[in-house]
Amino acid sequence: MTRKNLNLKLFEKAYLIRRAEEKIIEVYDSNEMKTPMHMSMGEEAIVSGVASALSGLDLLFGTYRSHGLYLARSGDTFRFFSEMFGRESGVVRGKGGSMHLSDPDRGLVATSAVVASTIPVAVGSAYALKKKGTRGVSAVFFGDGAIDEGSFWESLNMASLFKLPVLFVCEDNGFAVHTPPALRHGYKSISAIVSRFNCSVFSSTSTDAEVVFNLASRAKNAIFAKQTPAFIYLKYYRYLEHVGTHEDFSAGYRSQEEYQKWLKVDPLKILASKLKKLGVGKGELDKICKDIDLAVERSFKKARNSAFPNPAELYKNVFHEK
Amino acid sequence: MKSRRISYRDAIREGLQEEMKRDKNVFIYGIDVADFKGIFGSTIGLKEEFGDRVFSTPLCEDSLVGFGLGAAVSGLKPINVHIRVDFLLLAMNQLANMVSSFHYGSGGKLKVPLVIRAIIGKGWGQAYQHSKSLQSYFAHLPGLKVVMPTTPHDAKGLLISAIRDENPVIVLEHRMLYDVVDKVDDENKLVPLGKANVLRRGGDITIVATSYMNVEAIHAANILKKRGISAEVVDARSIYPFDSETILKSVEKTGHVIVADYDWTFCGFSAEVAAIISEKSFSSLKSPVKRLGFAFAPAPCTRPLENLFYPNAEVIVRSVEEKLGLKSTNLKGEEFFTYENKFRGPF
Repeated sequence: MTRKNLNLKLFEKAYLIRRAEEKIIEVYDSNEMKTPMHMSMGEEAIVSGVASALSGLDLLFGTYRSHGLYLARSGDTFRFFSEMFGRESGVVRGKGGSMHLSDPDRGLVATSAVVASTIPVAVGSAYALKKKGTRGVSAVFFGDGAIDEGSFWESLNMASLFKLPVLFVCEDNGFAVHTPPALRHGYKSISAIVSRFNCSVFSSTSTDAEVVFNLASRAKNAIFAKQTPAFIYLKYYRYLEHVGTHEDFSAGYRSQEEYQKWLKVDPLKILASKLKKLGVGKGELDKICKDIDLAVERSFKKARNSAFPNPAELYKNVFHEK
Repeated sequence: MKSRRISYRDAIREGLQEEMKRDKNVFIYGIDVADFKGIFGSTIGLKEEFGDRVFSTPLCEDSLVGFGLGAAVSGLKPINVHIRVDFLLLAMNQLANMVSSFHYGSGGKLKVPLVIRAIIGKGWGQAYQHSKSLQSYFAHLPGLKVVMPTTPHDAKGLLISAIRDENPVIVLEHRMLYDVVDKVDDENKLVPLGKANVLRRGGDITIVATSYMNVEAIHAANILKKRGISAEVVDARSIYPFDSETILKSVEKTGHVIVADYDWTFCGFSAEVAAIISEKSFSSLKSPVKRLGFAFAPAPCTRPLENLFYPNAEVIVRSVEEKLGLKSTNLKGEEFFTYENKFRGPF
């Protein structure tokens, strides 16, 4: 793939995520989407970059903040919006909502609202991939808050011990809910500690999706070349409140100035200006944006007009039945 | 039908061995499963036969259950073993938040053929962290199946059914039953999940029991028989799915019920059984449902208190007498806690 095409692909993913979330913001206060929203605005470079470096053989696991991950993997906004509206046409027929997007057919196995809970599951899936001889990795996304949890260390230990193809993706937005690392970590550097395990470590503070893509590609190669798991540490800034669709700078735990600094390196801004340098004209980029806007608008409307699940759905799929 | 007499321990080992031969996706893992003691001998020899499909792991129960979940949804058939069910409490996050709801949470797309074996214990001073049973904790969660085999035949048959099931199943095996030798059928070896088992027929009173309490119930039934009382002993066997039909049929015949659960009674399985009977067959009851279980205290270590903690056949006999308005039988010369008396440790 040429650099231009790669960046176009990354831009399309990032722009779709941004537009879909902006659409949520438009209606959320009307109380039609009754599901706790953990918005991913600001992290688009990470999910677009990593998802683009992964193949169809790879498995993905996320957190309650996984709108971006789902959209980057699937490109599908109809089932996404349907899930937000609680409709039967949703990703998991309205049973999961914003925090539990699971699309196994596309390799997005699960996302979890209890911090760190998908990490050991990803390790188990990696074991299965290795046993079955599939050349895939199991990529698990989590915040730096997950590193406070025991199951992160248990899982890192197991993956390193059993030499499993796990790609740990730590997305550090500087807070666990509202609490900064200085109040949670008895150490300075996550990467330094993780590197003491039999695990390759990569890190970046870039919000350029291409940088993330390259890092994730290298990490994936390292997994197979060195037969160890890999850990990528990435920084981003959460534009909105922990949960909800508004800003919360007035709460006083973070500053507007800090936000303004991150806005200068907004992932979409970076991709757009790069595309310009790579020869994509304004007209071409506008057309891409317009097409995505239209697709978002259409799927949003269709989802909003879709049916709720019927009552029998409540008891369906508690157990698998032959 | 061809059958042999083997121990509960060997029945479990045979079940594991046969399923590992039949399905290459089956693997066994957990703390100490591949060591020389092999979980009370139940996994001895399997590592030699199946290589890296049997492996010991780091000590991280929560992540081990999560690991099994990941392997299960990705096409393998994991069997995760815990030498005491108490340690499985460390894995309640994975069980309650992940394993139980994964199929539901995927819109029915992910299957979770995960088996968790956990040994429940009693006696010989196990105290309060090596003696729990917890079937009510697990069965309370929609999405988990829970079985408690009492006989060697059921130990093998329920385990095989659990392995072949496409849902998560917790198998609670009682430590004191490991040496019990009994008939195991070679054909019809599958014991379906969700079916109770009438261990002994009788017409005067129904004793619904779980796990080791069946041993005590049979013992009590033998004592009662001497004075002309015939007790029907129903081994609930499968906690969820629950076979209310077999139990209600027995209650409709006898009109008197004692639920002897191997657990505490408050908010427990015995309360559930009593509630189901009263909801579905109230008119057939000639007396209120009586529940027996552990004393409502953490399990004590010292023998005199431990004996009070666990109900035994004597308690069952006295309860039956009270229920049927009989005079107390002289129980001098009867031996109680017989299995524990044989037990010599070390754990």
